[in-house]
This record gives sequence, C-alpha cells and structure tokens, in this order.
Amino acid sequence: MTTETGNGANGDVLLEMRGLKIEGQADDQWHEIVHGIDLDLRRGEVLGLIGESGAGKSTIGIAAMGFARPGCRIIGGSILFDGIDLRAASEEEKRKLRGARIAYVAQSAAASFNPAHRLIDQYCEMPVQHGIKPRAEAEAEAKDLYRRLQLPEPETIGFRYPHQVSGGQLQRAMTAMAMSCQPDLIIFDEPTTALDVTTQIEVLAAIKKVVRELNTAAIYITHDLAVVSQMADRIMVLRYGHMVEEGSARELIAAPKEEYTRQLLAVRSFRKESQTKIDQDRPLLRIENVSASYGGVVKVLKNVSLDIHKGRTVAVVGESGSGKSTLARAVTGLLPPIEGRVFYGREEMPPALKDRSPEQLRRMQMIYQMPDTALNPRQRIRDIIGRPLEFYLGMRGSDREERVRELLSMIELEPDEFIDRFPDELSGGQKQRVCIARALAAEPELIICDEVTSALDQLVAEEILKLLQRLQDELQVSYMFITHDLATVRAISDEIVVMLRGEIVEQGPRDTVLAPPHHEYTELLLSSVPEMDPDWLDGILAKRAAAS
Amino acid sequence: MTATTMDSALPARPSPWASRISVAAVHFFVLVLFLQNLHADTWLAILGLVAAHLYSVIVLLYWRNLERSTAGDTVIVALTLEFMLIAIIFWDRFSLWPWSTFFGLFIVQACALLAVRFWKGLRKAPPTAWFGLVVILLYVIIAATAPIIAPFTETEIVGSEYEAWGGKFLLGTDNLGRDWLTRLIYGARNTISIAFITTCLAFFIGALGGFLSAALGGWTDQILGRVVDVLMAIPSLIFALLLLSIFKDYSVFGLTIHPMVLLVVIIAVLDSTRVFRLARAVGMNIVVMDYVEVSRLRGEGMWWVITREILPNAMPPLVAEFGLRFCFVFLFLSALSFLGLGIQPPTADWGSMVRDNATLISFGDITPLLPAMAIALLTIGVNFVVDWFLHQTSGLRDDH
Repeated sequence: MTTETGNGANGDVLLEMRGLKIEGQADDQWHEIVHGIDLDLRRGEVLGLIGESGAGKSTIGIAAMGFARPGCRIIGGSILFDGIDLRAASEEEKRKLRGARIAYVAQSAAASFNPAHRLIDQYCEMPVQHGIKPRAEAEAEAKDLYRRLQLPEPETIGFRYPHQVSGGQLQRAMTAMAMSCQPDLIIFDEPTTALDVTTQIEVLAAIKKVVRELNTAAIYITHDLAVVSQMADRIMVLRYGHMVEEGSARELIAAPKEEYTRQLLAVRSFRKESQTKIDQDRPLLRIENVSASYGGVVKVLKNVSLDIHKGRTVAVVGESGSGKSTLARAVTGLLPPIEGRVFYGREEMPPALKDRSPEQLRRMQMIYQMPDTALNPRQRIRDIIGRPLEFYLGMRGSDREERVRELLSMIELEPDEFIDRFPDELSGGQKQRVCIARALAAEPELIICDEVTSALDQLVAEEILKLLQRLQDELQVSYMFITHDLATVRAISDEIVVMLRGEIVEQGPRDTVLAPPHHEYTELLLSSVPEMDPDWLDGILAKRAAAS
Repeated sequence: MTATTMDSALPARPSPWASRISVAAVHFFVLVLFLQNLHADTWLAILGLVAAHLYSVIVLLYWRNLERSTAGDTVIVALTLEFMLIAIIFWDRFSLWPWSTFFGLFIVQACALLAVRFWKGLRKAPPTAWFGLVVILLYVIIAATAPIIAPFTETEIVGSEYEAWGGKFLLGTDNLGRDWLTRLIYGARNTISIAFITTCLAFFIGALGGFLSAALGGWTDQILGRVVDVLMAIPSLIFALLLLSIFKDYSVFGLTIHPMVLLVVIIAVLDSTRVFRLARAVGMNIVVMDYVEVSRLRGEGMWWVITREILPNAMPPLVAEFGLRFCFVFLFLSALSFLGLGIQPPTADWGSMVRDNATLISFGDITPLLPAMAIALLTIGVNFVVDWFLHQTSGLRDDH
C-alpha cells in the first residue's frame, strides 16, 4: 500500500510522515483510525487532504503538529518537521513550534476566537508570547495582513470583537492570526465549509494570495474536491484512514486512477428531469405577499409570493441572511407573518402555529439542516418515527410497529438492525434518513427541506437527494427545498426562487432561471460555485477584476 | 430472520419458572407474616395483605420484562431466599414487625433486580462508586428494618442517664437514659426518609416550574422567576424558622397540619428555588434544539414537550443536583432539629440527638458526634455515586 515517494532525501522537505498510525477511543476500546500514512510536504507547497467524514483527514492534519485530540493517540510511525522528531519532542519543545512555526486554522472561526477579546489582541498574543516581536510591531503587521486579506477598514477592524464582524471576515482574521509568526506550515481545517458560496470565494482568494506571497507551506483539509483543486499543488485522497491516491492537482483531476476518486469527481452529476407542466389549476401551497419580522422592527421577509404545485419541487436559494429559512418559519407558523396570507389548497391557514388543527399540521412537515439536533438523543428510532403515526393517525401496538418497519425499508435502512437504536448510533446520513422517515410518517403533502444536505458529505448528500427524488416519484409529495448550494438546486428543482435580503429577485422554472440572461445576483451566485478546473478561481477573479 | 437476531442479541432466555416460584414463595411468606398478626390489628393486617399482593404483581411484571441471564435469575432468587431464611431464623423478632420485614424484603428484591438490570454498567464502576453504593444500601436496609435490628424501642427509657459504652448498651445511653444505638438506628429511618421525600418534592416543584418557564417563556417565565428571586432573597434558615412558627398552629378545613408534613413542604418549597434555577437554565438550552421545535410543529402539548423531550435530556445535571440537594436537605433538617424546630421529640433524629447530648462533648466524649459522622458518611456515599453517574452519562473520559 505504502510506497516511497523518493523525496525523502530532498533537503527541501519540510514535513515528513512515515507510517503514521493513530488510534481513537470508542466504547472504551481503542480502534485504529489512521492506518500507516506516508506524507511529504516541501517548503511553499500546498497539499490538499480530501475525503468524507471519518476518513481521518483532520486527525492527520493535527498530527502534523505532533498533537492528537483527546480520545486519540498516535501509536506508530514518525513525524519529522524540519528535521525535528515531533513524536520524541517534549511538550515544551512542541509548544515552541506551535503557533510560531506551525499554525492551525479551524473550521469554525466563530468557535475558535475568544469572544471576550478584540481580534488584534488575539493576533498579537502569539508573537508576543513566543517573544518573536514586540506588540507594536505585531500590530502594524496585523494591519498589513488584514489589508492583504482584503478585509474592510484594515486599520480599525482589529479593534472589533469577534461578534462584530461577519463569518467570512472572521475566517480571514483567523487566517491572519495563523500567519502572525510567519510560520513555515499552516494547517487549514475546512476553513470555508461553513461559509456561503459568495463568501467562500473571497476567503479562498485571500488565502491563496497570502500563501503564495509569503511562500508558506500548507495542508488544506476539505471534503470538497472543487475547492481543493483551486488551492492545492498536490492532492491526497483519503478513505477510512487509508491513502487512496496521491498526485499533482492537475493530474488527479484530469485522470484519476482509483474508482473512489472518480466517484468523488462525478458527484453532483445527478440531475432530475424537470417538470414544468402544471396540470392542476390550483397550487398546493400559495404564499401571498408574506412579510415577517423578528420583534417587529426590521422586516426580514418582504412581500414574498410563490406557489408550490403537487408533486413538484421549488428550490429557494440565497446566501445566509437572505430570509430563506425565515420563509419556512413563516409558512409553518413558527413565526406568524405580519402581513400576507398562506393558502393550503383552497383553505387559508391560520398564521400562528397554535391556531392550526392537527390535520393542517399533518399535511406540512419539515426536515432540518442538522440531523444531530433534529432527533431527540434519548428516544429510540422506533419511538421517533412511531410518534407521528400515533399522534396524527392514531396507530398503536403492532400496526404502528409494522408501519415503522415499512417506513424504515422505504428509506433504505434495515428495520431489524435500526429500529432499536438511538440516534447516536447512526451516521449523519442515516440520521437524515430517519428525519425523512419521521416526516413521511405523517403522510404529508408538502415537505419543507431546510438545507437538508448541507451538513452531509457530498457522496452522502447525493444519496439523500436521490432518495428524496424517488419518494417524490412514488408518493407525489411536494418539496420546498431551501438551500444555498446551487449544485443541489440544479439537481433536484423544478422551479427556482432566488432570494436576496428578504426579497425575491428572480423566480421561474429551473431551466429559465439557470439559462442566461440572469439577474445580476443570480449571476454572482452561479459564478461563485467552485468548479473542478484548477484554473477556475484565477479565471473568475480576473474576470471580476476586469468587470469592475 | 427476526428470531435469529433476537437470539444472538440476548443470552439464553432464562426460565420463567424461577421468577414465578420465588415470587410465589415470597407471597406465601408475607401472607403468613400478616395473617399471624391478624388478631392484633385487623385493618392494618388486611392493608398489609393488599400491599403484598400489589407488590408481587409489580415485581413479577418487572422481572418478566427484564433482559437478564440465568445467572441473574439465580442471584435474585438466592438473595430473596437468604432474606427469608434470616427472617425464619429470627422469626420472633421479624414477626413482631411485619411491615418492616415487608420493607426489608422489598429493598432486597429491588436491589437485586436493579443490580441485574444494570450489571453491565456496575461491573465497570470504580471502587469509589462501589463504596458509595454499599454505604447507601447499608443505610437503606437499616432504615427499612430499624425496629428489627434495634435492640430496644425508639422512645423507651432503658437505663440511667449517660451510661458508658459497652455491656448492655453498646453505645451507652443518652440524657434521658434511652439506648444510643437504638436511637441512632431509628434516627436513620426518620431523617433519611424525610430528607428523601423532601428532596423529591423539591425536585418535582422546581423542575416542573423551571421547565415550564423555559418552554413557555414570556410572562410565565417572568412571574415564576421573580417569585423565586423573592424566595431566594431571604436567608433560608431564618425564612424556614419564620414559616414554621407562622404555620405551626394553622389549620386547613379545621384540620391542623401535621408538623412533619409542614416541615417537609416548607423545606421542599425553599429548596425548589435552587432546582428551579438549574432546571430553567438547562431547559433553555434544550428548548432551542430542533427536536423540540419538531415536536411543537407536530402540535404536541406542553406536558409531552416537558416530559418526553426536555426531561430525558436534562437528567444528568438534575441527578447531580439531586445528590447535592439531598445532602443539603439532610443538613438543613438537622440544623432545624438542632434549633428545636425540626423533627419533634420524642422521635429520634440525628440533628436533635446532637443537641440533646451536646454537654457530653465538653467532657471529651465523642458519642454526640456519631450522628454527625453518620450524616457525613452518607453524604460522601451519595456524592460518589452521583459522580460516577455523571461520568457515565456525560461521556467524560479521563485522558490516559
């Protein structure tokens, strides 16, 4: 499995891992989760680590700092950083390296910044602590880096607190912080996964620019092959703690050798036949001029109108803050709209949830973004799926049991194996399937899907989309599909509604909206979706620079 | 397919006869116990018979649905028979106190059943947790079978005042010439049971209020919150003294409230304020979870949301708090008794025992401190068990 890359003798090598083995603890037992990985990184080179969750990519990334998370331990192999054996080094020696020569950028900048300190104070902490430079010098450098990372008002932004800047800005501030000591190596752990496409492109461009200018080596961890192909010189594909394939970014994208890599490349190829013909005179759900606000001051939803027909999928697209989730809350009655009406068939729905009858509630179900928090961890799958059956349809005893099993088979989970489990004993994709089964149990006519695939790996997400599509074909259920991911929209929608700051900017059948001419904002969204082509980012940036 | 997976999941299915036979034996035993007391107090004996029947049904049902091995069954049967054997050997003592015998039997069987049910977890329990469990079990058995174990009756004056240790009175006598050991054993029964009931009541009130506050928000939250603030603003010991003296002679519908009931309710209400704060804070974090929103969207009522969605997820912090609260109530009760407003004489109680015999301390005699040590030991035991439980549920692991 492992082969010598032949670069070991090269004096240029910054990081060298040989036969790295890491164990993780689960159920009081140790399991090997990384099975002998070899890795070489030269100075100034960017290596992309890619794989689905559980592939061990973050664990390997952190191991490059000689560190294992609580519940993990490094049991074999060697890690040489610039000639220093990190496995043999003392904590004190490693502490000197970390931050100063190896830096780490976490996935969620919001969770990694200390909310009680200003950005620039956190920036300066590391160089001052390590005694590399005095505070004043560090501050001046921070401002310079903020400017290079294209943060607005670079002179003053550092004096804000983390909650006072946006998610994308925070992620760039985090990158700046990682660079504060001019490290030789930066580990980026999914730095853009939590961001919108339009924000992601800015962060990607900023990171790429700075890494290139400062000639820093980097390990870039992500599950998105399109993103990594923009950033990395070389790509390593991982699966279940094994290396699947390694090669230069261009070669790997152009000619993948392994089946798994091909699967990753082919992801998002799923496309449903769009149906635009409307055979009923009356839509299933009609939203008329709905406005909503939190607390009554600022309207987050302004005069939104849309129709959803039986057996159709309407995708609502927009970046975070566009009001698309608020639309779902307004329709379901969780946030009663302040203006406008919602019709279900011919019947007008009461605006507030508490005024709706169980029958009205039954017909409209919702699936959430995070399957982890949408399932009660203390209930078994049987009870999670069984409760709507009992509540809406009055099923009990063996009737209920039988129907739960039927629903489990429908979502492609083996009933005998899963019915007695708790949600913790399922993977992310399986949890989302259970959420779908719970929604189906009520026998609804409309399911509101709020970002149902964004918390999942791409391959898993595609399976979920296919499942949803199959269920629609079989049961003629309608979907209101809320997402920020245009690839998903392309795959599953019949109609598209594009939202910006609480308003609809464009709506219509899929092929009309996706075909030019676009509305300006739709164009921005469409062009920001990363493509597999390694030159895509540079190309798009050049195009935008030329246009402005 | 179904049958094979069931078989592999469970160990060899134990025979249902073991449980049936042993429950039948117990039934017979309790029957004899109460029947031979029939002439003394007919109504009480009949009540005892009804209770014994009910108890048998419950045990049998629980046992039948318990997932267990043959070894587990053997343990339960053996422990039950052992208790019965002891009872038969000392029949004259046991038969005098049918209720205590019944309680003792109940405790032994319940512990055996629970031990089998949670054996997987228990086996991995650290020594401290085992220590705590053994201590608690010991106290509970002593409390349940106090009259049988104690050499004398609770309030009987059996000797002269302040007799020394040894001889007829193992731990000497108190200021009125009552046996210390007897008082100590009865004290366990009175103090622990009252503290336990009080803590349960405090948790019922506090948790219900806290969860309601978290789930409903708005005015309910404001009103409940402010009421609790007011109650918490007054030092609790002084407030309790005040309330106890106000309501001492208060009557509802012409009936004066039993002083013990009054004591329990007042301490429970005062203590529930702390539970309320915790339950509300924990509840707030759970209410925002998507699964609670799912149940609201489904149209579930408040009771379902609180008992099925919030409560199970709030269990670990609440149980931890239960252990602490139980100890505090214990100390509070003893403090009140020490001040003369708690459990009233001649009922034996650890707090008042210290007060009544405090003069001995100045002579260098540690006897009055025994109740205090008993309280300390139980407190430590309870906290060890709670720590272990928390460690289990929160998934905290030591970094090895």
